[in-house]
Amino acid sequence: MSQTNFSQSVVHRAAFLDRDSLNIPILKILQADGTTYDKAVLPQVDEALSQRIFDACAFTRVLDERMLAAQRQGRISFYMTCTGEEAAVIGSAAALDDGDVILAQYREHASLRYRGFTTQQFMDQLFSNEQDLGKGRQMPIHYGIHELNFQTISSPLATQIPQASGVGYSLKMQGKPNVAICYFGEGAASEGDFHAGLNMASVHKVPVIFFCRNNGYAISTPTEEQYAGNGIASRGLGYGMHTIRVDGNDMLAVLAATQQARAYAVKNSAPVLIEAMTYRLGAHSSSDDPSGYRSKDEEAKWQQHDPVKRFKLWLVNQGWLTEEQEQALYSQYRDEVLAAVKVAEKVAAPAIDLLIEDVYDQPTPRLKRQLEELKQHIAKYPKAYPKTAGRL
Amino acid sequence: MTKMNMLQAINQALTLEMERNERMLVFGEDVGHFGGVFRATSGLQDKFGKERCFNTPLTEQGIAGFANGLASNGMTPVAEIQFADYIFPAFDQIVNEAAKFRFRSGNQFNVGGLTIRTPYGGGIAGGHYHSQSPEAYFTQVAGLKVVVPRNAYQAKGLLLASIRDDNPVVFFEPKRLYRASVNDVPEEDYVLPLGQAEIIQEGTDVTVLAWGAQVEVIEKAAQMAKDEGISCELIDLRTLAPWDIETVAKSVLKTGRLVINHEAPLTGGFAGEIAATIQQECFLYLESPIMRVCGLDTPYPLVHEKEYMPDAFKTFETIKASVNY
Repeated sequence: MSQTNFSQSVVHRAAFLDRDSLNIPILKILQADGTTYDKAVLPQVDEALSQRIFDACAFTRVLDERMLAAQRQGRISFYMTCTGEEAAVIGSAAALDDGDVILAQYREHASLRYRGFTTQQFMDQLFSNEQDLGKGRQMPIHYGIHELNFQTISSPLATQIPQASGVGYSLKMQGKPNVAICYFGEGAASEGDFHAGLNMASVHKVPVIFFCRNNGYAISTPTEEQYAGNGIASRGLGYGMHTIRVDGNDMLAVLAATQQARAYAVKNSAPVLIEAMTYRLGAHSSSDDPSGYRSKDEEAKWQQHDPVKRFKLWLVNQGWLTEEQEQALYSQYRDEVLAAVKVAEKVAAPAIDLLIEDVYDQPTPRLKRQLEELKQHIAKYPKAYPKTAGRL
Repeated sequence: MTKMNMLQAINQALTLEMERNERMLVFGEDVGHFGGVFRATSGLQDKFGKERCFNTPLTEQGIAGFANGLASNGMTPVAEIQFADYIFPAFDQIVNEAAKFRFRSGNQFNVGGLTIRTPYGGGIAGGHYHSQSPEAYFTQVAGLKVVVPRNAYQAKGLLLASIRDDNPVVFFEPKRLYRASVNDVPEEDYVLPLGQAEIIQEGTDVTVLAWGAQVEVIEKAAQMAKDEGISCELIDLRTLAPWDIETVAKSVLKTGRLVINHEAPLTGGFAGEIAATIQQECFLYLESPIMRVCGLDTPYPLVHEKEYMPDAFKTFETIKASVNY
């Protein structure tokens, strides 16, 4: 039966609610000096898990620094960093089971690393070479890998949100004790697909975690120009969804929230919304210069809240990491990334024949004819097509 | 063989496939217990349960996005968009996502299990938003298949083929014929091939081509032409993407003339693609310009529906013009 009256109380004089009527707390566990708050309830975390998390942090820092530089040198066409948001991304990924399906926006490659994507696999995608799992068809950073349950990234924002609801529903139908997790930024949450995806997940009781990285900016647009409500978390309540807001620069808070969200989603077959408050320390992308829209002072302030540094201090306090070990890890990854770059840039581009494959399950006769005509044309003007002319 | 209308044939196709494939789900606006505003999904929820046949919130982009997610993880979603006029909110999910899913991932992920069913076309006093024929918006999209049946028998066989095809399919159902088209339909399982046109009447003077509800129109026009001694070869294209160039070209090589009919507006309509391709394939054999009988380049009108439609009289006149050129 249709239910239209949710109100528990009745008034007889018009009384309006506003956004501040919702007092949404923010979960914080780890302090800036690497100690935990007095009454903080820690997530399930041991030395091995902590080191795996820190390992993904260190790798991501090195990869982002080196590949942004590689883009500046013209060696790859495009790049986007995860800098400042490592705790949000890795802390949530570390709460998942390997059978959980990840649907990402584009700034979540740290979760892919946590899952086990190799250094060479990153590089092959970034260089669009013939080893790339995506066959060189998409821009750099549009990763995907079936065996790690990480769905291929696409550029249109928020399209993965209703898709995640469908993936979650399929997991439920297949009787799997898993969730889908869907990452998106606070800008993407303004798209219609955000509304569609969250509403459908709630109505159809889908085990899915919607994970919003609220990093303050969508390219140049600050959150004041993105929404007027109480962030993204307030909307989850409107959809009847379990919702939490966490400090996105606090690895332990993100881990705790996501562990509990996952347990709830699987047990109740229901969606959860997590809003992680963080800051995009880097530029939006290699095509962006943030000095045009925000101050150095603001960036410097957020440098103080560096999530990797905060987590490192906790590890040191636990006796699970030393400065020497940290330096050795960074050094090892610098060498490894550099070596992988050298390998990847020498691998050939995918063969031209791959251009007509995977459009459909089988190339159509018309596609085959177009490929034949293209190859004849390339053979006639080889100098105009240096990537493919020698390999027809 | 049983006499049934197109809705019954579609309902039977859905039932058969849901029995055969436990991963198939049917959903959309009002398709659940109510059985759909046209009753195409009638009885499915009772038979297969709420988990496999259900109502969605009223959001076309949500329906398409949800369906993409299901298909990407091994399910067989058959989603309904209540009217083709309302498929545009889902355009992004269909064009940027469904169509490119396999290609962009290097075939690591695909939504081959996806079928989107939607009633299309005019002739029912549906005005602007219950009459459109948006097939040409989708035929340009690499990665999609576009299928349109002309009667109950075709609908069942082509829908079963579409659901089983390992590519996303947009399946346009001519709603004007939902109850009007009654013919003999086998009770058992059968499929009709995608990507193949069907010659429904052989002829020698002119090839006349259409799809969906307009096939009935070209049949009438061909009868009128026959009375004037003109022999028409009639082709139902059935699949618009990828379309059967070979069958159409072979026919035109024989007749030397081609008339194409569709309800959608002329400019940018799919007839343009067919005309350009056939004039390239059959240039030396053409005895008159390829002619198009289409909707006007206006929004679909209410009161002037009859005037707008490329009906049998307009088609008959065009056939004569082609033959007498």
